[in-house]
Amino acid sequence: MAEIRIENLHKSFGNFVAVRDSNFVVHNGEFVCLLGPSGCGKTTTLRMIAGLELPSTGRIRLDGEDVTMQRASQRDIAFVFQLFALYPHLNVRANIAFPLHSQGMVRSEVKRRVEAAAAMLRISHLLDQSVSGLAAGDRQRVALGRALVREPKAFLMDEPLGALDAEFRELMCDELRGLHDRIGATTVYVTHDQAEAMSMADRIAVMNEGRIEQLAPPQEIYDRPATTFVADFIGSPPMNLLACTAPGGGLAEGASSVLLSGQPVRVPRLAREVRNPNLTLGIRPEHVVLDAHSPLRARVTASEYLGTLQIVYLVVGSEESPLRARLRSDLEFRVGDQLGIALDPARISLFDAQGSALATTGSPEGARSG
Amino acid sequence: MAEFALRGVTKRFGKIEAVRALDLDAADGAFVVLLGPTGAGKTTTLRLVAGLERADAGEVLIAGHEVGRLEPAARDVTFVFQQYSLYPHLSVYDNLAFPLRSPARRWDEARISAKVNEVAELLRIADKLDNRSTRLSGGQMQRVAIGRALVRAPQVALMDEPLSSLDAKLRAELRVELKRIQRELRTTILYVTHDQTEAMTLATRIGVLDQGRLAQIGTPREVYERPASTYVASRLGTPPINLLPLAALPPSTFPQLRVPEHTALLGARTEHVRVRKTAGAGAAFVRWIEHLGDANHLHLRLTTPGDSPAQELITLVDPAIGLEVNDRVDIDFFAPLCFDAEGRRINA
Repeated sequence: MAEIRIENLHKSFGNFVAVRDSNFVVHNGEFVCLLGPSGCGKTTTLRMIAGLELPSTGRIRLDGEDVTMQRASQRDIAFVFQLFALYPHLNVRANIAFPLHSQGMVRSEVKRRVEAAAAMLRISHLLDQSVSGLAAGDRQRVALGRALVREPKAFLMDEPLGALDAEFRELMCDELRGLHDRIGATTVYVTHDQAEAMSMADRIAVMNEGRIEQLAPPQEIYDRPATTFVADFIGSPPMNLLACTAPGGGLAEGASSVLLSGQPVRVPRLAREVRNPNLTLGIRPEHVVLDAHSPLRARVTASEYLGTLQIVYLVVGSEESPLRARLRSDLEFRVGDQLGIALDPARISLFDAQGSALATTGSPEGARSG
Repeated sequence: MAEFALRGVTKRFGKIEAVRALDLDAADGAFVVLLGPTGAGKTTTLRLVAGLERADAGEVLIAGHEVGRLEPAARDVTFVFQQYSLYPHLSVYDNLAFPLRSPARRWDEARISAKVNEVAELLRIADKLDNRSTRLSGGQMQRVAIGRALVRAPQVALMDEPLSSLDAKLRAELRVELKRIQRELRTTILYVTHDQTEAMTLATRIGVLDQGRLAQIGTPREVYERPASTYVASRLGTPPINLLPLAALPPSTFPQLRVPEHTALLGARTEHVRVRKTAGAGAAFVRWIEHLGDANHLHLRLTTPGDSPAQELITLVDPAIGLEVNDRVDIDFFAPLCFDAEGRRINA
């Protein structure tokens, strides 16, 4: 197994920059998801690691070795595609064995590896069946088996579950993560589905317009988004982002209050001085609470009933962006109701005018890197 | 736009009965969502209304007319699939205009143009009309596919997990949009999903399917708060409803608990459960607290009497509740659901 090191990787297609000066390391045995909307550069990054695409500039190291200019076939990496291409005329065993036969491996070793892979994927009972009769999930398991038998240094997966129906996708997520825990192979996994990334990854790289906006464990991405893009891309519904201002045109180091719709709101203590007074306050819908005595007032514009919980859409003052609160369904609201609301200061993220998170200290969870 | 109905519809594939004697009524302008796991018969039901499958028994009625023998094209329904299927060589405008140019309609271009522009406004893609459909993002393409299905004002629009191939952010946005458009156009929609959030937020009525049978149909609130059976109750709610055998809840530990006669199972969701830390033996102890980003699930193990099997109870908790692993707690149940030995709900 292997470490993948990406250094100043850059790729343009004509005038279009697909990947911009990317730097990151996937540690040995780690499961990293590249997550982002379509066109963010996640698949291009993966294809460069695989050797299916050559970078414009930059380096790719596999276990320290520079493989940037090597052909895909020399890299000892297995690639699993979204549309699993199986050989329809071969049975499951022959499909899985295919890459080994083409390497000229001895039969007894091929047999051992195929059976080990099948056991790992729990498809031993299907080995002698034709692939054409298989269900979608089993076909994908066979495709994985074909990657697995090569015992590659790393697995690269490009939306491998995208072609499965939605419900089955959730099941396969658990299965893929279970498989990863059993074999511990370094894995880079591309998806646009945050639920997949959150449930499987050790770390998630959230990408936007060719850049990695944040690379961190799922909980950190969720709790402490590095940019407003990440805050708005992750979460369902996503983090509320509200324009706020620094009283007096700026905030000193250690300041812990901003103005939201004219009302002072307590926020985590700033680690550094901020000169630009135009800030964005981020708070997750579950951290907006009702407080009848709060001077911060909001008007109800809609609510979505979800069973135990509901999403209540609020407007604070003359704010344009809605504030979504996740509240218990036994609370009843009418459109137009005025409510007092409070925002849990420890859960607030602050972003500067460029959308980058401001470093803060003194929150109950301690210092944060932002 | 019309009402539609299924009467005693059965569909078999070989030995498998995919849909069994299904009765379903949808009023004009209703948004009916069929919810159920894979293999429950959701998609087959949809395809039966579309005419993509023929029923083995029973009737399919649209606007009061039996359509069981009609071809799909003659039924005046539209279909949106999970994967957007647009004509890649056509512009967004032409994709939307396509169903209106059907010779059967004999619409002149001015009328088509007016209609396309109206729908494009509604879908907020008016500025994209001249684009090639392949130049759109996934969310925009699916929006066009939905628009194409609604533009010709079909009797019924049929949708098979239309949002499930989109990322979560787009899915949530399009969900709100679809609901708004449906309200404005008053289109009758039959919509299939396995996503309970979609079902709860979109539907005027949710139909829960169980192995080809309609287990219950009702408003989201009815189905959630008054489920007909443990099966329906288990399909909705996160974390899922706790189903506890009454034998695991002895009066010595739960002196306040009153249940109707014949109760075999107690159904307890987060809103039915209050947990209090105790210094005594307690009714349960904390096994772990699962942090799921947007919610915390408290996993409790009940201190069950004698050698009966251990019972788990999972409920949503406030992060600030101040409980830790192995803490002892008492549990109060408030108006929980009660089910008999066959899993049917009993009115309390």
